[in-house]
Amino acid sequence: MRKLLISALLLATTMAYAAPKYGGVLVFGRSGDSVSLDPAHATDGESFYGSKQVYDTLVQFKLGTTIMEPGLAESWEVSDDGLSYTFHLRKGVFFEPTKFYSERDELTADDVLFSLNRQLLDTHPFHKVGGSYKYWGSMSMSKIVKSIEKVDKYTVKITLNKREAPFLSNMAMDFASILSSKYANALMKKGEAEKLSRYPVGTGPFVFQKWVKDDKMIFTANESYWGGKPYIKKLILKVITNSSVRAAELKVGSIHVMDFPNPEEIPTLEKDPNIKLVKQEGLNVGYLALNTEKVKAFKDVRVRRAINHAINKEGIVKAIYAGFGKPAYSPIPPTMWSYNPDIPKYTYDPEKAKALLKEAGYENLEFDLWAMPVVRPYMPNARKVAEAMQADLAKVGVKTKIVSYDWGTYLSKGRNLEHDACLLGWTGDNGDPDNFLDVLLTSHAAKIPVSNRAAWKNKEFDELVAKAKVTTDIAERTKLYKKAQEVFGREVPWVTVANSLVVEAVRKNVMDFKLDPMGKRIFNKVWFDK
Amino acid sequence: MFSYILKRLIWTIPTLIGVTIMVFSMVHLAPGDPAVAMLGEKANPQSVKELREQMGLDKPLYTQYYIYMKNVLHGDFGRSANSYEPVWSEFSDRFPATLELASMAMIIATILGVLAGIISAIKRYSIFDYTSMFGALAGVSMPVFWLGLLLIYFFSVKLGWLPVSGRLGYEFDIEHVTGLYLIDSLIAHDYEAFWDAFKHLILPAIALGTIPMAIIARMTRSSMIEVMKEEYIKTARAKGCSRFQVVAIHALRNALMPVVTIIGLMLGSLFAGSILTETTFSWPGIGKWLVNAVYQRDFPVIQSATLIIASMFILINLVVDLLYAVINPKIRLR
Repeated sequence: MRKLLISALLLATTMAYAAPKYGGVLVFGRSGDSVSLDPAHATDGESFYGSKQVYDTLVQFKLGTTIMEPGLAESWEVSDDGLSYTFHLRKGVFFEPTKFYSERDELTADDVLFSLNRQLLDTHPFHKVGGSYKYWGSMSMSKIVKSIEKVDKYTVKITLNKREAPFLSNMAMDFASILSSKYANALMKKGEAEKLSRYPVGTGPFVFQKWVKDDKMIFTANESYWGGKPYIKKLILKVITNSSVRAAELKVGSIHVMDFPNPEEIPTLEKDPNIKLVKQEGLNVGYLALNTEKVKAFKDVRVRRAINHAINKEGIVKAIYAGFGKPAYSPIPPTMWSYNPDIPKYTYDPEKAKALLKEAGYENLEFDLWAMPVVRPYMPNARKVAEAMQADLAKVGVKTKIVSYDWGTYLSKGRNLEHDACLLGWTGDNGDPDNFLDVLLTSHAAKIPVSNRAAWKNKEFDELVAKAKVTTDIAERTKLYKKAQEVFGREVPWVTVANSLVVEAVRKNVMDFKLDPMGKRIFNKVWFDK
Repeated sequence: MFSYILKRLIWTIPTLIGVTIMVFSMVHLAPGDPAVAMLGEKANPQSVKELREQMGLDKPLYTQYYIYMKNVLHGDFGRSANSYEPVWSEFSDRFPATLELASMAMIIATILGVLAGIISAIKRYSIFDYTSMFGALAGVSMPVFWLGLLLIYFFSVKLGWLPVSGRLGYEFDIEHVTGLYLIDSLIAHDYEAFWDAFKHLILPAIALGTIPMAIIARMTRSSMIEVMKEEYIKTARAKGCSRFQVVAIHALRNALMPVVTIIGLMLGSLFAGSILTETTFSWPGIGKWLVNAVYQRDFPVIQSATLIIASMFILINLVVDLLYAVINPKIRLR
């Protein structure tokens, strides 16, 4: 009996400890400012940090995963031919009033139509407002979507030009956020349509208050948020460019969450009793693409395998990613559904590499190795990665010359397949494997300007990815993508290098701060202990 | 006097046109397609085409320049390729922050620099002279971002006296009137906000003001020493003027001539050159904004901001020249 009482008491205390509390102001220290608060115009992560607080999407990702869940659409149906999607909107969701717009409008089908049609139709009055719709363009949405129609006040039907399973994931991306049509029209009437990108009115967990450029954005909790009232009362996104200064702010407690600490600062932050680290594998991959179109040797799979064996990627990740990455083996990151852990790993084996090169008759192989001039999320220092690869390849008798251009030229030349082998990478947009495999490795992506930098063409792979694209059943798609990864593992048009890890430093009393694989920062479930 | 000012103003026109041509060709001669660079890995033919059209890059270079100049003459500085906001509004949003910081830095630099210079000059070869001149040398040689980090480490992290970065604590919200927080908070009678804004200003102003302070101190010292040797100083002394009168009235006014020139020149460079300080202290001013624009190859911002800053520089130089005449009536402006 006594034992039972004690355990009951213990349980009660742990429960009391775990129960989230309301209140508090959370300051998030970030490295740069948003460019725009209209998520359809922005392409940078920093902009989405801001817009994500205010806006919702029809469907969304379960926090910390790439699994889809209902958002503003309570439910949806896909027609048998896979061409039309019917979304049923949640009722009683409101665009919350702000200092600059006092109406409290209910979310209806008109808002969905406004948000998407302004990007699709060039006749839409908002099509030319605020510059080009970059993300819509880069996801080729105009090719996918045929029409967006209102069925009734709370129902929207989207018809596609072709079967496209990843379409649903696209609807969870920031560019597909739902903005208020009434507010937009009110702005248009006043001749201030462009204010839409600076003064957002949304349905999201937080209500926008103020944006002082390059300084801070202030939000307050949306008390009637459909997904549950946020625990914190106020959210401030503060721009602190210098990483050491961000760390200093975190140490003195004037910010509570610190974005992107420098690897060198991690040890001192870890030692601080008031600070803890939160980690999440990023949805990205860094790779070396072997141009099978330009370099004859790379057409031979034995050479590609040899290069994979020759490069010590475990060593590279350890030395250059400094704990901020894991060696990658598949073209899709392990956090993505359908990741196949069983494909060949091509462990570091210079002897085997030499033997393979000899067998293929390329013992004196020489090629140019291209390295990006900029820091990317998937590769902190491409130059150093290239140097390490160069040293590894020299050990098996392969001579390489490291080449670099400014970023724009690097991308343009790469798109024209001017490289022998180039380093690059990809960050997932919509949590769908198609967004990696189809974009980066199929033969239709190998037409100039390419996004398939290896110009690798494999019929079996193409068919698997194409089939998965038109299949709506997730289990079936998973099987197809696993097979496609097997083909990749056998043929290795790339040397996959690493999936980087995102690390954030937070004050100890900040609870339930979870990182999102797609790189968003979400605060509605965060609360302060003490 | 008036015709002199007019002449000087007319002369600024070819200078400014020269600046636009230089900046325009520099940004356009840089290799690589800016639209592709902005879109990164996600660039595809459709999105590149649309962005190029939006930025006007699809037209020949001379047409682009012509359109640009025509717009500038109509007072339209174009729109940022990134945020699509008018460059002028982006500039005027941030300029007050830089103005406040640079003025504060200049005030600190001038007061302390001139004082140190005078004392060093009249107490030549004393301990004060040696320490302050050594300090000045160190100040000139110290990288600003490093000094900034040191100041933050000691005064904010270790001692906890001053805030680490930013312009104002988030608990304050003052209405935008001039954009200068010290003034806006006084207008709103919010003295707590004033004190907070002032505390935020101290460290960045010291970091930014150190180099000018060092230069002013050395300049004042050598100029004072020079002047103190003049015959009229001897005369003043012989007349029985007090030491203070000799220094403050007879010597200082003459010694300040070269110092004013230097201050004027530095004021211009402070506005444009507060980049490092602004980055270190997350100061939301034009320096940081311009650096971002260069990183992101935001052509309209780079072009127009350079033009605006160049105009300011020219204007400040003109004001300095006019000040000359005020300080030294011997100089007649023609």
